[in-house]
Amino acid sequence: MSTTIEHNGVKVVGPPKDFKPTDSSNPNFRAIASLSPGIMRTIEPVGPAFMAYARRKRLGRTFSEDERIQQQQKVKKVEDESDGDISEPEDPLMLARDPKDWRGQDHYAVLGLSKLRHKATDEQIKRAHRKKVLKHHPDKKAAAGEGDNVDSFFKCIQRAHEILTDPVRRRQFDSVDEAADVEPPTKKEVQAKPGNFYKKWRPVFESEGRFSNKQPVPGLGDDKSTKEEVEEFYDFWYNFDSWRTFEYLDEDVPDDNADRDHKRHIERKNNNARRKRKSEDIARLRKLVDDCLAMDERIARFRKAEKASKNKKRVQAEEEAKKAAEAKAKAKEEEEKRKAEEEAKAKVDKEQGKKAKEAAKNAAKKNKRAVRGSVKDVNYFATGEPSAKDIDDCLNDVDKVIASIDVDELAELVQKLEVAGKDGAKVKEVFTIKTAEMVGTSKLKDSDLKYFK
Amino acid sequence: MSDETNGTSSPEQYAIGLSFGNSYSSIAHISQDGKVEVIANEEGDRQIPSILSYVDGEEYHGTQAKAQLVRNAKNTIASFKDYIGKPYKSIDPTPCHYSAHPTESDGKVVFTVQDKEGDATSNVSVSEVTTRHIKKLRASAADFTGKNITSAVVTVPTDTTTEQKAALAKAAKDANVEILQFINEPIAALLAYDSRMPEAVQDRIILVADFGGTRSDAAVVVATGGGLYSILATLHDYELGGSNLDQVLIDHFAKEFEKKNKTDPRKNDRSLAKLKLESEAVKKALSQSAAATCSIESLADGVDFRSTINRTRFQLLSVKVFQRFTRMIEEIVKKAGLDVLNIDEVILSGGTSHVPKIAENIQALFPESVQVFAPATSTAALNPSELSARGAAIQASMIQEFDKEDIEQSTHEMVTVTPHTQYAIGVQVTGDPADAFTVIVPSTTAVPARKTKTINAPEGDVLVVVSEGESDIKVTKPEPKTKTKGATVEDADDEDDDDDDEDEEDEEEEIREKVYKVKKQLAEFQFTGLKKGAKLEVTVNVDSDLGLSITAREAKGKGGVRGALEKPKVTENGSA
Ligand SMILES: Nc1ncnc2c1ncn2[C@@H]1O[C@H](COP(=O)(O)OP(=O)(O)OP(=O)(O)O)[C@@H](O)[C@H]1O
Ligand SMILES: [Mg+2]
Repeated sequence: MSTTIEHNGVKVVGPPKDFKPTDSSNPNFRAIASLSPGIMRTIEPVGPAFMAYARRKRLGRTFSEDERIQQQQKVKKVEDESDGDISEPEDPLMLARDPKDWRGQDHYAVLGLSKLRHKATDEQIKRAHRKKVLKHHPDKKAAAGEGDNVDSFFKCIQRAHEILTDPVRRRQFDSVDEAADVEPPTKKEVQAKPGNFYKKWRPVFESEGRFSNKQPVPGLGDDKSTKEEVEEFYDFWYNFDSWRTFEYLDEDVPDDNADRDHKRHIERKNNNARRKRKSEDIARLRKLVDDCLAMDERIARFRKAEKASKNKKRVQAEEEAKKAAEAKAKAKEEEEKRKAEEEAKAKVDKEQGKKAKEAAKNAAKKNKRAVRGSVKDVNYFATGEPSAKDIDDCLNDVDKVIASIDVDELAELVQKLEVAGKDGAKVKEVFTIKTAEMVGTSKLKDSDLKYFK
Repeated sequence: MSDETNGTSSPEQYAIGLSFGNSYSSIAHISQDGKVEVIANEEGDRQIPSILSYVDGEEYHGTQAKAQLVRNAKNTIASFKDYIGKPYKSIDPTPCHYSAHPTESDGKVVFTVQDKEGDATSNVSVSEVTTRHIKKLRASAADFTGKNITSAVVTVPTDTTTEQKAALAKAAKDANVEILQFINEPIAALLAYDSRMPEAVQDRIILVADFGGTRSDAAVVVATGGGLYSILATLHDYELGGSNLDQVLIDHFAKEFEKKNKTDPRKNDRSLAKLKLESEAVKKALSQSAAATCSIESLADGVDFRSTINRTRFQLLSVKVFQRFTRMIEEIVKKAGLDVLNIDEVILSGGTSHVPKIAENIQALFPESVQVFAPATSTAALNPSELSARGAAIQASMIQEFDKEDIEQSTHEMVTVTPHTQYAIGVQVTGDPADAFTVIVPSTTAVPARKTKTINAPEGDVLVVVSEGESDIKVTKPEPKTKTKGATVEDADDEDDDDDDEDEEDEEEEIREKVYKVKKQLAEFQFTGLKKGAKLEVTVNVDSDLGLSITAREAKGKGGVRGALEKPKVTENGSA
């Protein structure tokens, strides 16, 4: 099956990207399956359309007898011929029945339908009746010279037919048709053999189900039925909606002329009796379902399974909780460890930073000293003994440089001064270049300087 | 009838259509101007009672013979048609209770009649009675048409056996009428309707019900291929017909008479016969007017009887009988494996279909869109009593040119039996809801068959899926009413719950629709870049062994896509 049609109301989708044709020379067609086989039927040989059809089909051909017979055997039949389901031997006692006692008569047996009973279709009833009429018609018996009472069984047949073809009266009879009842099994019978529960109870409910307004009636099921199915079954039977009625058992209400009080009395009596029977029937069915339920092992099994599943769930939940707690504890531990490590590291970093700073500071101090020393070494650029003012002016500028210079520049300056050594002119040049550079980068103001210009 | 025949129609040859019932017979032919004409006999009857009566050495026929049921019942033969070709043991003598009784002779059915008072009685076989009846009909037809009637097409119920047909053919031959063909009554009725517009015969499912005098028959017929008919199911009730309604009136009038006169007219054969004839007349009158009068001179004990009944009263008295007709319709739909929603059209045939309430009850079973062809429910209805004869006449005029051998060959199973598709063949197109299904070839189509349908396609790239689909009924339940648990059990205690039918009416109606379920996908077509508003023309060709070739193309476009599917492997259950 292709997957191109989505069901459940979803639309038919477009062609898939990879549409696969059956044959690459016909790229837009894909064969999936052949048609289902046909059914052989007869076309009625009537009308202008058939004339044209026959002309096409025969093309002047004449068919042989053999061909014809073969063809006949293939046709699907529409007329029913067999009466297999509605023939049974006639009980001589039944044939001798008094038609006046029609209430006591088994109408199904009279028509030869005692196996089908409430299951007989209207058509089966009609056909069964027909068969009996053909056989027992009083006119035929009279013609054959049979003596008295030629029509007594015929009357039984007619009565049976009258009742069974009237839906209301048929239900009234079916309501009290004991021959269709199935006795519920005893506990002993059920326990005698495994599987008996189903074997014995199933026909009981199938029989009771005939009274249900709701059809179809859910079945008893079997060992493999699900809990839902079993629940549906008992639910159905505890809420049974029955059409069963009991007027068939009414006492005859006297005809027209009898006195009215008496008539009313009988009617009331009948009504009461019907009501009583109906509530008895409801109670009977309820008890029957109770009994069945009590013997139904599936109920205990479902309960056990439910308990087990509840237990299982509980254990599972506990395990899960435990696992969760463990995981949480572990996470916490890890977090703490991580924090401690971090702290330690921070501390180390901090200490290392301090040392480096100190070292840098020391280096800077040393360098500053070196810078200051460099001018002293060249006698503060003076010829002869420097005056206090010379020293002052020179150191003033040097200090300004030192104050504004950063560590790296300082180190670089120191280096250059070392190269310059004790050559005053060179030292001065180094300073002058540096100050000019610093003025260029606005680290120093021109006005700050007196000496290195 | 498949070939041009060598025999041309000679002026002396003329074929009529004949409908031969247990109660009435009618004959029809095609008039000079090509119209179907139902023939009236000398007495002006188009519905001629199938009755013969022997009085004082004379033979009476039709309505005159029917009148003899009162005075001369023993020598009046009625309701004999269903006995033709049957052994005595398998006939139902009930309908003959008020006329000559059938008796047994060598296992065959005969009637014992006395031609004249004082004469010895003689046995007349059913075949002989039939021959005499057909002779009379033939004479009436010859009189009316001025032609020499040589042959006929005869309608029969669908359950007629080969032996019955053979016996009927023999009896007709003895009356110098050759039966060219037997055709099934429901098909004749259908043909009577469809031949009004033979070019426009639709594919559809038709329910034909024939409500006669002593029996009722029904058939579900599928029409495909512009008027090829196949019967899906049949149903018969040999105890239901117009005489059940006559009986309702007989009982009603008898009780009324008895109340006044303390005599039950049913106890006396002659009184009963009078009552029966008059009741039938009253019943027929009630189909036309709102009230009718029963008027019988000297009904019993020399007392005249006169009583008026209105239609409403009649309908009330007949409720039970009416229900049996309605149930028969429901039953055959079920028997055909269908739902009422699958029936496209209903044809009511037979005299009893005149009864307005019967037709109305049946109409109520179907959606309003379904036509029920009967006088009370459709202005387009033909006379239901004439449908069989009309159909037979149409068929007769069509085949009278052919010779016997040719007709036999063409109507034989070699020709008539052919595979029919099991399911409908249809398509779904991109963008369709999954349950949309456009039928191209309906189910139960006789093959070979070829069908084309134009469908709308969306814009862009489009997939056309060809599938087999099975008709299904989608039931939508209305919002559920909240019902307290156990309420039904308690209700049952109530006193007046015994009439259980009421409960069902309380329930809200479900919405039932006819839909198709995809059964099996057969093929796919792809179209790319369709323009907005594009239409696709899909042609499905099913050949005689159920191989399929399908063509899909843009409407009015050229070329298109063509694909073929192999014939099914012949497996019985059809799972390929
Ligand atoms: N206008 C009418 N109204 C009511 N019933 C009618 C009307 N016309 C005819 N009938 C009844 O129809 C019945 C006859 O129907 P039809 O002519 O179809 O019978 P048939 O096929 O000869 O009978 P059968 O079923 O016995 O073979 C009779 O019961 C007759 O009373
Ligand atoms: Mg008929």
